[in-house]
Amino acid sequence: MLRNRKAIVFGERDDISGSTIRACLESGGAEIVYESTACFV
Amino acid sequence: MSRFPVIKNFSYCLIHTPDLIRYGSKTRREITRDPDTEARIAPYLRSYSQAVCYPPNQVFVGNLTPDELTTLPRPWYTRRASEEQTELLRQGPFGEILNQETFYGLLKAADIMMPPLIMTDESNLENLREKLAAHPLCKDLVPDLQSSSSASLEGTDQSPATTPGGNVWPLQSGKTIWGFFQGDQRSEAKNDENLQANNLLENLCSKASGALALKWLCRREAINPEEIDFIISCGEEACGDRYQRGGGGMAKAMGQMCGCRNASGMDIKNFCAAPASSIITAAALVQAGIHQRVAVVGGGSLAKLGMKFQSFVQQEMPILDDCLGAMAFLVTADDGKSPCIRLSPGGIGTVPVKAGTSDEAVFRYYLLEPLARMGLTCTDIDRYAAELQNPEIMDFAGAGDVAQKNYRKIGAMAVRAGQLDKGDMASWISRIGMVGFAPTQGHIPSAMPYIGHAMTAMARGEIRRAMFLSRASLFLNRCTDLLDGVSFVLERNPRLPPIKKTG
Repeated sequence: MLRNRKAIVFGERDDISGSTIRACLESGGAEIVYESTACFV
Repeated sequence: MSRFPVIKNFSYCLIHTPDLIRYGSKTRREITRDPDTEARIAPYLRSYSQAVCYPPNQVFVGNLTPDELTTLPRPWYTRRASEEQTELLRQGPFGEILNQETFYGLLKAADIMMPPLIMTDESNLENLREKLAAHPLCKDLVPDLQSSSSASLEGTDQSPATTPGGNVWPLQSGKTIWGFFQGDQRSEAKNDENLQANNLLENLCSKASGALALKWLCRREAINPEEIDFIISCGEEACGDRYQRGGGGMAKAMGQMCGCRNASGMDIKNFCAAPASSIITAAALVQAGIHQRVAVVGGGSLAKLGMKFQSFVQQEMPILDDCLGAMAFLVTADDGKSPCIRLSPGGIGTVPVKAGTSDEAVFRYYLLEPLARMGLTCTDIDRYAAELQNPEIMDFAGAGDVAQKNYRKIGAMAVRAGQLDKGDMASWISRIGMVGFAPTQGHIPSAMPYIGHAMTAMARGEIRRAMFLSRASLFLNRCTDLLDGVSFVLERNPRLPPIKKTG
């Protein structure tokens, strides 16, 4: 579904971390070109 | 004697530092980028009275409970107090909300460098001495305020508009300048970015605010500081020079300032979870018989002052992240009264590397598993303290209510574990959770602000167990993508009379 798609990932520590989102998107075939997890506290 | 060490006492302090907001990490960078930012901030700085009567701050020092805060309509920041009310509210049963000028006196007392980091003329030095002399817990520090060479002020731009970014920063209250802060001026500090004003002011703010909390701890417990035999600092500052940034030494620096002459100490780092890790370590040291009275101290974070200032200014409301937070805890062997830290085998919640970055895995490891190993379920805990950031700060900054997010996750984990019906989740969360009330000071709001309220509720027989869950953003170190979780259960002392069941 996400094959040949590039993705930018913004995660948040107290919601869903960037690496978790990355794992989901990569399993769907996306290429992650940027990933960041923010800590707002 | 029961098997477990206790938290025998605690203290909580806030320091209202509106004129240090400019030296927070975010504000300083923005002012450097656009010097007009400083003028735009000025109209949104709160007065001391506004900060004192701010309901979340009142919860932090114990004049209100978290449950009472829940009943107060928002916005909270519009509350005002008279001069008389401010005087009454500036202290609470847990500690105090200190004013900025007295804190400058504390900072000066914390400055042991020669040449000094804080330069003052004789007139301002006398003013700082008067501030400390008027404070019952700080008057012993007056002799520490030594005169600095007036020559050191020569050539300094004394304008309040002096832009941070250089290496000499004004310490002011409104338009009044109380002194100047500078980096280490000695030749060995040349070109060492770790010893510039920004880093050293962060370190000194942590030392001075932590020392205030430690002084309050000794006063509340009515002990001589010399009776403390070990201190653990759990702040986030990376003290040290270019060869050992983050080396530590803050615990003994605070102890030295407070007269803890017989104490050794160390610093524990674990981002926001360091206070939880430190309390567990303190309990283990006591349990092992290595130390008898261990003080865990967390000083305030200058870097995080004004972290959300842009949102507040944009919405034309006061900058609410204007206070340094500080706290201290005394861990000892069981006294038959104080709440026990459940150091049962497996009872401490930790998150192994194999948990990865999944939130569900993290909660399983630091919530469900330690409870199971103690023979407990989620519903055996009366109150949970997770991240307790003030939602008014978080919401206006667009970051959402972090406390409630964590309570929903705790509820969801309890449901998934079959320990709670999904239909009961909302009402259960309202009973076991609470509204956040702590300033966004990193390690300060991470669960530990509830310890004081929990101990009070346990002493009154209102609750039996509280669980404290702290999280740490390890990924901020750029060396891993992991986060961490640390938890422990605090239990009403079993030697106290049983809680009478009501209803």
